[in-house]
Amino acid sequence: MSAENRADWSALWSKLGSVVGLAFVVGLFAFLRPRTFLTPDNFQIMLLQTAVVGTAALGMTLIIISGGIDLSIGSNIALCTVAIALMLQHHVPPVLAALGGVGVGAVCGALIGALITRLNLTPFIVTLGMWGALRGAAKGLASETMVAAPSTWLNDLLQSLGPKNRWMIFPPGVWLMIVLTLFVGALLRYTRFGRHVFAIGSNEQTARLCGVPVRRTKLLIYIVGLAFAGIAGVLQFSYLTVGDPTTANGLELAVIAAVVIGGASLNGGEGSVFGSLIGALIMTVVANGCTKMNLANWVQEIVTGVIIIAAVVVDRLRHRGVG
Amino acid sequence: MAAELLRMEGVRKRFGATVALDGVDLTVRAGEVLALVGENGAGKSTLMKVLSGAHRPDKGRMWLNGGPYVPMHPLDARQAGVSMIYQELSLARHLTVMENIVLGTEPTTGPFVKWAEVRRRAVVAMAQLGRADIAPETPVHKLSIAEQQLVEIARAVAVGARMLVLDEPTSSLARNDIERLFELVRRLKTQGLGIIYISHFLEEVRALSDRFTVLRDGKSVGSGETAETTNERIIALMVGRDVSDLYPRSARNRGEAVLELSELAGPVKPANASLTLHRGEVFGIAGLIGAGRTELLRAIFGLDPVRSGRIKLKAHLGPASPARQWSRGLGMVSEDRKMEGLALSLSIADNITLSSLASVVKPSAQVAASSQWIGRLAIRCREPQQAVSELSGGNQQKVAIARLLHHGVDVLLLDEPTRGIDVGSKAQIYQLIDELACAGNAVLIVSSYLPELLGVCDRIAVMCKGRLHPARPVSEINEHEIMLEATATKEAA
Repeated sequence: MSAENRADWSALWSKLGSVVGLAFVVGLFAFLRPRTFLTPDNFQIMLLQTAVVGTAALGMTLIIISGGIDLSIGSNIALCTVAIALMLQHHVPPVLAALGGVGVGAVCGALIGALITRLNLTPFIVTLGMWGALRGAAKGLASETMVAAPSTWLNDLLQSLGPKNRWMIFPPGVWLMIVLTLFVGALLRYTRFGRHVFAIGSNEQTARLCGVPVRRTKLLIYIVGLAFAGIAGVLQFSYLTVGDPTTANGLELAVIAAVVIGGASLNGGEGSVFGSLIGALIMTVVANGCTKMNLANWVQEIVTGVIIIAAVVVDRLRHRGVG
Repeated sequence: MAAELLRMEGVRKRFGATVALDGVDLTVRAGEVLALVGENGAGKSTLMKVLSGAHRPDKGRMWLNGGPYVPMHPLDARQAGVSMIYQELSLARHLTVMENIVLGTEPTTGPFVKWAEVRRRAVVAMAQLGRADIAPETPVHKLSIAEQQLVEIARAVAVGARMLVLDEPTSSLARNDIERLFELVRRLKTQGLGIIYISHFLEEVRALSDRFTVLRDGKSVGSGETAETTNERIIALMVGRDVSDLYPRSARNRGEAVLELSELAGPVKPANASLTLHRGEVFGIAGLIGAGRTELLRAIFGLDPVRSGRIKLKAHLGPASPARQWSRGLGMVSEDRKMEGLALSLSIADNITLSSLASVVKPSAQVAASSQWIGRLAIRCREPQQAVSELSGGNQQKVAIARLLHHGVDVLLLDEPTRGIDVGSKAQIYQLIDELACAGNAVLIVSSYLPELLGVCDRIAVMCKGRLHPARPVSEINEHEIMLEATATKEAA
């Protein structure tokens, strides 16, 4: 095989590696549990289970490509569910309540971005602090209990489709995730902002030298990134139908894992939203498949851990091949 | 004639379809310095890896001390007496000098390190290098780069190296440290070591080596006694053609002033810099490393703050951000290609268009624009989408310059534009600078390599301790005077 071919294969693998991984786990469970795993209903359930992590992963992808990280995303989602429930309690129309939830995410993003760019703090520390602070804020706002909300159409975003609305193929929340993925994919590929995200993550000094407004772009990355956490919060609320200040605990790790499995580098400069979405799907499929196999929870957790490490090992090997 | 220490015959190595080495013959005698020269990508680093046992050759044979030499891995080579000193030093910075010297070969009784023996070995090795003044207990991170390099050489000597390979050892050294390194190499030579000295600088080859071997496209294309060869002959061997004039100089028409600095000062450096740059002019800034030359360019470009003084770019007054300076037609190529100049993991197309992206980016247009520059600057690559990290230094530098040209700037700040790149690429960059100046652009160059400044510039000013001395036409200044000005101990008036 010529060097050129090898490089082509490597590029192809970086694009399709996660798809191959997904096909593998789907195939594996389809083989092991054809009756229970391989059903349309189960596939719909898996997509529903992916929606929250998948949507949050879109924002996280932006942040990780730029060389940053956000550990506060789970707390942020909890805060959003509480905020939405409270707004609905106060008779805010559902549309505005949902937008309000997204707004809460964006405001948190602005705060995080400002701390990182104005005070030159590392994203890890800032968002570790926000991980605690936002969780506390959610609990305080909810008076440390669940916040009940009147039933609205927001609750239907992630319900399995009944016979009446079969024509939608997927529930609205899943469509939302798919459309947003295409949107962010285009944002990264076809806009100056998107290319600047890659440039900053690849080499911040170069970006500055090239006249990229590094601070402003980073601020925007965190605002947009956490607005996606807000959207994930809306979906989480829809799933719970109440505001829960303790929800999505540890979700940030699942989201980061999805992005990394999808081929992003924690050093920045690399990653794709399609990969991240596939990464999120892989994690759901594994969890779902393990349940169908009646495997204990702890086995599932070990399997998930192994997959995350394996994904990074594969990525390493790929990079060695190129270098 | 001294005994032959190392011989390589017909060494070949391929990686997939890429032929890295295509028949290399060379010999090194005991007590001799062999200069190994060649452009980047000629196969020098692969040859070193074969020699150090990191790669196994596909074909060819090697002998050391008359016996067959087949190193299976780097430790094997070291034990056989062949040691490498790489450009990037491989010291444990937190450990002491003596710990580094015995690293991996620590003398022990049972599990315990024999510290007295460690110290003795370190003292012997440092004395052999003539630098007994460096205490073995010093932590390595407290030493200068030059001294760290010395420790690395001491480590090789301590394990009984017979062959020492130095890869561009002067690339990060100041001028007086280079002199000391040369003395050390000559000293080791008299102790009977064979030395392979890899360098881009023909001056160094001439000052230090007894013989030379030139590599081109993975082949050894010529060897000989250094003293009996001209630099032009060596360059011709390296690039495979005659380089009649490395520094082209067409007739240039000096136009109006585009950049005026008056008494510019930053927080620390520059302390005081005034100059006027005209269209159609190449202006050089000489000086020692640390004189504040890079800081001056960064201040002009808006990367560093300005404390006082005036910057006038065309009709625009005052300091401005890099984004604003780009839009006013001023661009900069950084001295640090890898850390600052380029986003290495991104593609050639991304790097060339990075400063001039519209809000909506069309990848096909990026690729089309880049293809044009790849052709015009003869950037050797597979495709515009190839990652910049896969290119050689010279081609990377062309990508950095292509960014300025693609942006359409007419005032260029070039900081060490030919550092660490091969002669062929250097010649192309000098040619390009000449063409740009003839087309009415203004070029400001910082360089530590005086022949280059004297070759391409119309005027040169020397910077010393943050102060920029008045500029002089290149015809009225020589290398000696520049060095005197640059190293002046008294403050300039």
